[in-house]
Amino acid sequence: MADLWLQFLLTIDATLRVATPLILCAMAGIFSEKSGVIDISLEGKMLMSAFAAAAVAALTSSALVGLITAIGVSILLGLLHGLASITMRGNQVISGLAINILASGLTVTVGIAMFQQGGQTPNLARVERFRPIELPLAEHLGGVPFVGSIYREVVSGHNILVWIALTAVLFTAFILTRTRFGLRLRAVGEKPEALDSAGVSVTRTRYLALIIAGVLCGMAGAYLSTAHGSGFVREMTAGKGYIALAAMIFGKWQPRGALLACLLFGFLEAVASRLQGVEVPLIGEAPVDLILALPYLLTVILLAGFVGKAMPPRAIGEPYLKER
Amino acid sequence: MRSLHALPRWADVGLIPLINVLTALVVSGIVVAIIGENPFEAMMVMVKGAFVYKGSLGYTLYYATNFIFTGLAVAVAFHAMLFNIGGEGQAYLGGLGAGLVCLMFDSMFPALVLIPLAIVASAGFGAVWGAIPGYLQAKRGSHIVITTIMFNFLAASIMVWLLAGRLKAPGQMSPETRSFSANAELPFIHDIANAFGMEMARSPLNLSFVVALLACVGVWLLIWRSRLGYAIRATGHSTGAAEYAGIPVSTVIIITMAISGGLAGMMAINEILGVQHRTILGFTSGYGFTGIAVALMGRNHPVGIILASLLFGALYQGGAELDFEFSTITREMVLLIQGLIILFSGGLAYMFNRPLAYILGALLTPRIGGGEPHG
Repeated sequence: MADLWLQFLLTIDATLRVATPLILCAMAGIFSEKSGVIDISLEGKMLMSAFAAAAVAALTSSALVGLITAIGVSILLGLLHGLASITMRGNQVISGLAINILASGLTVTVGIAMFQQGGQTPNLARVERFRPIELPLAEHLGGVPFVGSIYREVVSGHNILVWIALTAVLFTAFILTRTRFGLRLRAVGEKPEALDSAGVSVTRTRYLALIIAGVLCGMAGAYLSTAHGSGFVREMTAGKGYIALAAMIFGKWQPRGALLACLLFGFLEAVASRLQGVEVPLIGEAPVDLILALPYLLTVILLAGFVGKAMPPRAIGEPYLKER
Repeated sequence: MRSLHALPRWADVGLIPLINVLTALVVSGIVVAIIGENPFEAMMVMVKGAFVYKGSLGYTLYYATNFIFTGLAVAVAFHAMLFNIGGEGQAYLGGLGAGLVCLMFDSMFPALVLIPLAIVASAGFGAVWGAIPGYLQAKRGSHIVITTIMFNFLAASIMVWLLAGRLKAPGQMSPETRSFSANAELPFIHDIANAFGMEMARSPLNLSFVVALLACVGVWLLIWRSRLGYAIRATGHSTGAAEYAGIPVSTVIIITMAISGGLAGMMAINEILGVQHRTILGFTSGYGFTGIAVALMGRNHPVGIILASLLFGALYQGGAELDFEFSTITREMVLLIQGLIILFSGGLAYMFNRPLAYILGALLTPRIGGGEPHG
């Protein structure tokens, strides 16, 4: 029984670790899509910043400098997406896709040129990574029944970016619902002409949304390569950006909903990796690949309106043409 | 994809794609230069690798075959203003369809029966994988972009599950089916040429290339010479108007996506029946996404798609050559070029249109004699 409880706690702990980049990217997606800009480039931004973080951390021996660079790179990609989809009024999906493909090519190309390791960065040393933070008394309180074990296994021992990700959810919810900027951001995604006639710049608001999204994606990328992992591996995002996109939709473009969806998807992944090669009674070997496919399937079902209805912002995907 | 500013047709079809490719090449060249290699040298290696070396043209055309199929798939959907980014998954499932037929019947039927059956199966599986997102878009209002993305991942999961499980050849480790019998093999072009007494270097180019060209003719007939094609284009131009004209828009969307998925699925015949002779993991390797670049460059017209496919075929084959010639630049360079081409011809499409329309307007107007602009 005690063993089962520990297994459960470890799975929850793993869920948080896996969900962190999803949460950051989903919040990025909310900022961008609430402002009316489709953002399938979450994947590419995360990949590029994962590379930037690891590469710079390896060169400067500082995880923090890596993180800052990652955020910078991700913002730049966001601005590129903005140039295409806001200023040039191009197709937002195509622009996002282009950024994703660009990121796949560029990370490996630059990676090989810089480190000659087939597109990887060198293994990062301790100081070049974000280390787990043991909370005070975690070991001492671990013996306390129930609460103590939760505190030691689940709450303690995460790195700073996990905490930032959780804070980002509160931050997103606060900005969107409690600030003037948030109100404008939501308005610009629903009815840009209204905002325009009120004298607020649609372009500026959307660019700001993309910059915030860039910051969040940059942290997600840095988390992958310098906190969760210890270095960049080619294609290391492996579709996480798309899962975050799915989680955002699954959460109906709301911070709280998206958080829950990220935790659910993270939980599925954590369970799948624990079940790898495990024999399950009646089924035989656990169908890990199918469990990993569940986030996509659930999102399709939700989008089709079979359970609830996910309504995107009304003006999403439409470039705004200011009337003269 | 209509432009805001009127551009003469020849410029829109000929000049703009050219400018897009050149810009992409220049930017990639700058990246190469920053890395510390000579971009012109790299370019020469790619050109030689794609056209000059023995058998290289065959390789280029072999890659182009894939891109023709996936490019046509994207283009057909584009005509109905549907953005099918699920070509990757549809092609993957096409490989499942072809593979299943071959596994079941390859010792039973002769090639003349088996291969057409496998082609139909690959198109059919792809069509179903395209039609479901089509249905969800038409009847349930889910956004086709998101659904097709999800379907790519679902297809990948299904294939991993099957190829590492039930379909895995007994007694081996790698996730792939057993090899099919010779009945399931599409003949290589060099074998055919040799049979007719012509010398031709070995390459993976096979009869699928001819099938791909036939598909181009088929798509041209469909879009511009058939009732259904008219309905597809009408739906793409204005759903409301199409509906008023009595076109069953939902049905057209589903059928368009089925055709699109079917074309993407047929990419599998090149890889599975033509080259691999078994269904393997990840044989689509991004060709479905390249189809988007191909359709954008080719302006959704079969002729344009053939030309764009040749370009991308050359890039892929030439890119492979980079691996041998340089230690610092690799075939991933091609992904970079591809991403840039998609960016310039899709996302930033109007960046060149407007200035070009302005320049051409200034250049051409006096010659027309100050007459009224038309078109």
